[in-house]
Amino acid sequence: MVDAALDRSLDHRAATVTARRHLLTRLVIYGLLVVFAAIYLVPLLVVVLNSFRDQQEIARNGLISLPRSFRLEAWSQAWSTYCIGGTCEGMQRNFYNSLKMTIPATIISTTVGAMNGYILSKWRFKGSEALFTLMLLGVFIPGQISLMPWAFILGNLGLSNSTYGLIVIHVIQGISFTTLFCRNYYVSIPDDLIKAARIDGAGFWRIFRKIILPLSSPILIVTVIWQFTGIWNEYLFGVVFTSGQQQPITAALVALTASGTNVRAYDVMSAAVLIGALPPLLIYLFGGKYFVRGLTQGAIK
Amino acid sequence: MSNHDLILSVPAPARPWRERLGSAVPLLVLGPSLVASLVYVFVFTGWTLYISLSNSSLLPSYDFVGLENYASLWANRRWNIAYNNLFLFSGFYIVGSMAVGLLLAILIDQRVRGEAVWRTIFLYPLAVSFIVTGTVWSWLYNPTDGIQAMVRGLGWTNFSFALASDRHHAIYAVIITGVWQSSGFAMALFLAGLRSVDSDLVKAAQIDGASTFRIYRKVLLPTIAPIFLAVAVIQIQFAIKTFDLVAALTKGGPGISTTFPAIYVYDLMFQRGQIGEGAAAAIMMLAALAVVLVPYSFWVVWRRRKEAGHG
Repeated sequence: MVDAALDRSLDHRAATVTARRHLLTRLVIYGLLVVFAAIYLVPLLVVVLNSFRDQQEIARNGLISLPRSFRLEAWSQAWSTYCIGGTCEGMQRNFYNSLKMTIPATIISTTVGAMNGYILSKWRFKGSEALFTLMLLGVFIPGQISLMPWAFILGNLGLSNSTYGLIVIHVIQGISFTTLFCRNYYVSIPDDLIKAARIDGAGFWRIFRKIILPLSSPILIVTVIWQFTGIWNEYLFGVVFTSGQQQPITAALVALTASGTNVRAYDVMSAAVLIGALPPLLIYLFGGKYFVRGLTQGAIK
Repeated sequence: MSNHDLILSVPAPARPWRERLGSAVPLLVLGPSLVASLVYVFVFTGWTLYISLSNSSLLPSYDFVGLENYASLWANRRWNIAYNNLFLFSGFYIVGSMAVGLLLAILIDQRVRGEAVWRTIFLYPLAVSFIVTGTVWSWLYNPTDGIQAMVRGLGWTNFSFALASDRHHAIYAVIITGVWQSSGFAMALFLAGLRSVDSDLVKAAQIDGASTFRIYRKVLLPTIAPIFLAVAVIQIQFAIKTFDLVAALTKGGPGISTTFPAIYVYDLMFQRGQIGEGAAAAIMMLAALAVVLVPYSFWVVWRRRKEAGHG
């Protein structure tokens, strides 16, 4: 009887110790998460707040401080009137350049990648595996290797300093990635499905349309997000092959922040940075869930 | 529904010529992009290799001069700094982002509330360009406007944080920013890896009375070892190609202290009109990548073969 009571109280004490330790662990876990979240969010917060603050106030109180003013002018200046290298049109033209470059390049490279992936996984021929491996090497080639050849080719095609030239580059460069993503995904679609369809007389296009395409959305989402953010955010080719009004937004941002007159216009620059970051951020916020899922499902193997 | 249609549909009697054309369709569709990719990989690389062995200066020329460009490249102090920076940066950047990424993945793996929110917060830098990240962090590092100014404003008046404007430490500013940008990506891959581990393994270890720490060290982390390697290889690629981050953050400065090979290639080719030497520098970048990727691809092939052999 006494023993039992003792046991129970020991149990009880052990339970409170465990509970306390558990609570402590939870505190440490959430504490660390909050600290890291702050480190990740503060830069974003600083830019967002500064884009609405008054430049004089920023100069007085520094970049990292609570806002004491609110105005929207920086945004309209950054969009349409701020001067970069002599032209005072803001970022709008560069924003449209980036859109005109990114959307077609994303659509074309994704379409080609899906077709290639379909062929390399479901219509294999002698040597197709070897060809796929060779194509894959394109993923690893640094852009610097291709600068001279591209300069020559774009020059001869009359596409230097144009958005179309950049589209060509991004499509060719992107094909290795999109083919890799799609091929690795399509490999997991059972071959029997294709065989059955072929026996029933369905051809190349029909199988693609009726079987492959309806199953493709996870990998197409990954590929589109990958290509869109990659091409939108690309800088090297943009700065090398275009200048001034033809530049995509990344190159224009660097030109804008470098065109330092006496006072750094942090308010306008903050708005400009956000304009440049917004499209991929939005895509990520809406599609990020699918992106991570798809990436880990098969894209990276 | 559409699959159903397909299976029930009656095949039209195929004529021989159509059949022959049909079997050529995949090749015809694949052909153009295949040729383009192969040209991109082999012709472009060979072309740049050839230019690196020629005496090209402002314009490409095809007079063969052997390894002269490489010799003058390696004799240059700035290039040596750039190559050293590449190794220093790659090492810290990869270890740093993997360490932070793993820590975040393990934290999130503790059945925390609002997992999706945490994940989104840690991963959003991935969507943003190195240009944006570099620009914003250059402001934060700026002694008169950024972090130093803020802390001094709080009352700690001799606080000093001028990482990016100090030539001995500016490279660490680049490293910190790089880790900030990419640790979320490492986290996502690690988290997916942890989730893919067979839960019976973990349960068995729990029944044996192993602590959480021990379960991670002895069961979970060894099981996801291949992911460590994959993350490292992906990060190394980013590191070697790093151009935008430095261009936006430090522009290679102060002085030449944060010059990277990618920056140097750009300078030689487009600022100084030394195409031959620039091409040599680009080939050296490819060489650095190959040193990492060739052994890795052999390892991947070897592992696949082994798995296939067991299966």
